[in-house]
Amino acid sequence: MALLSTHGLTAHYGQFQALFGVDVTLDAGECVAIIGANGAGKTTLMRSISGVLRNESKSIRYRDLPIGSLAADEVMQRGIAMVPEGRRLFPSLTVEENLLIGAQVRKGQGPWTLEAIYELFPILKERRKNAGTALSGGQQQMVAIGRALMSNPDVLLCDEISLGLAPVVIRDIYNALPRIRAGDAAMIIVEQDIGQALKVADRVYCMMEGRVTLTGTPQALSREAIHNAYFGAAA
Amino acid sequence: MNWIDTIVQGVLLGGLYALFASGLSLVFGIMRLVNLAHGDLIVLGAYLILLIVSLLGLSPFVAAMVALPLMFALGYGLQKFVLNRVLGEDILPPLLVTFGISIVVQNALLQGASADTQRLPAGDIGVASLNLGIVNIGVLPLLTFGSAVGVILILNHVFYRTALGRAFRATSDDATTASLMGIRPRAVFAQATGIAMMIVTIAALYLGLRASFDPAVGPARLIYAFEAVIIGGLGSLWGTLAGGVIIGLAQTIGAAINPEWQILAGHVAFLLVLLVKPRGLFPRAFD
Repeated sequence: MALLSTHGLTAHYGQFQALFGVDVTLDAGECVAIIGANGAGKTTLMRSISGVLRNESKSIRYRDLPIGSLAADEVMQRGIAMVPEGRRLFPSLTVEENLLIGAQVRKGQGPWTLEAIYELFPILKERRKNAGTALSGGQQQMVAIGRALMSNPDVLLCDEISLGLAPVVIRDIYNALPRIRAGDAAMIIVEQDIGQALKVADRVYCMMEGRVTLTGTPQALSREAIHNAYFGAAA
Repeated sequence: MNWIDTIVQGVLLGGLYALFASGLSLVFGIMRLVNLAHGDLIVLGAYLILLIVSLLGLSPFVAAMVALPLMFALGYGLQKFVLNRVLGEDILPPLLVTFGISIVVQNALLQGASADTQRLPAGDIGVASLNLGIVNIGVLPLLTFGSAVGVILILNHVFYRTALGRAFRATSDDATTASLMGIRPRAVFAQATGIAMMIVTIAALYLGLRASFDPAVGPARLIYAFEAVIIGGLGSLWGTLAGGVIIGLAQTIGAAINPEWQILAGHVAFLLVLLVKPRGLFPRAFD
């Protein structure tokens, strides 16, 4: 049985339909990458799973319970944490406070403590008294990842963690992913950088225009199949 | 005219205005809600303290302690059952609802307590003063100012040194992302309004001890509170105290020159500050 799954998930922004019957599954300890171009529906899928966008209850199941209609705070308290697109650090909180607030409501069982986060990203310890938003983009992303890990989630949703960052910073962040995975959380990573996604994921879903167009393990998917699924067969 | 005395009295009066304004500042700072009923809720608090004084024969200070949890519950309930339902992207619905609450509170007080002016029995403390040589300082104005500083110190401690304050600031920054941290923004808002109503109770105590009140005096208190908050910079608590002091000073200096200028001088000072610093004296850097 999958740890987390969506079943014919749809999502709307007013009259605009962003998702059309998306089925995605995530097993315990697994890392799944969602790839796709801008506007494919990746972020909408993350927002739906995390409860920011409310859905029909049965359209998302977690530990075999329907969670589609739960609010974001309830979803988080059940063990699904998110690193949102654009980092979204709290400007009036210091780096350390941004990390602490991740574990303020839910402090699950697991390896992640403030010290463990500082060990993972040592630069954050040096900057812990700074305002979160005074950091560089890469350091802010480290805070956002650390903040989500602080609750020791069972599922970590990472939305566009490399977006807008320099290649060297992206490498640093992706280098930390194996250690994050060793902490037992299952992960869904949304990426536009196909190369990075294929390197870390156990399985890949490719989305286009609100639909899953391809799924499989990185080894089983050909370049051409990914190209067609990403841009459309006619592209 | 003794200018030192005038300035001291003005600063102390500012403490009362800072108390009027702190609850408004707190609520605005956290949920960007402009509560047009704030002044009327202060008056409601004064009537509640008066009721407790009359029923239980307590001193107004003890009665205010009894009123604190009741007013917290009122604020919590008001936010949970009424204001949370209209908070959103559009600022107009909450504005209209608080305007409606203002009218309801005023009329309910008129119905229940009549239009007669009332005053809380201050006893000896109402006329006690400290002679410092060049100035005489009233004990009650001094207590008012001390309470304002105390309230702001406590609020600052809660805001910057406690987990609840962290949740307040995070929710104020970005309610959606705060909910991704497991925080329920609506519960945070209800707690904030509850705390604001406790400050309202303290403001009500000094309003009732220092001057007479009736069901119609709320809107004027709201204007002073607004001006103090805006002078200080929206959402800044020490700024709110500074704003209160500036209005208090302007009013006493205005009154010292010509008694008819008291209220006008406060409003003029407010407009002058707006002219020079449109975002207030201590605006938040990231607003």
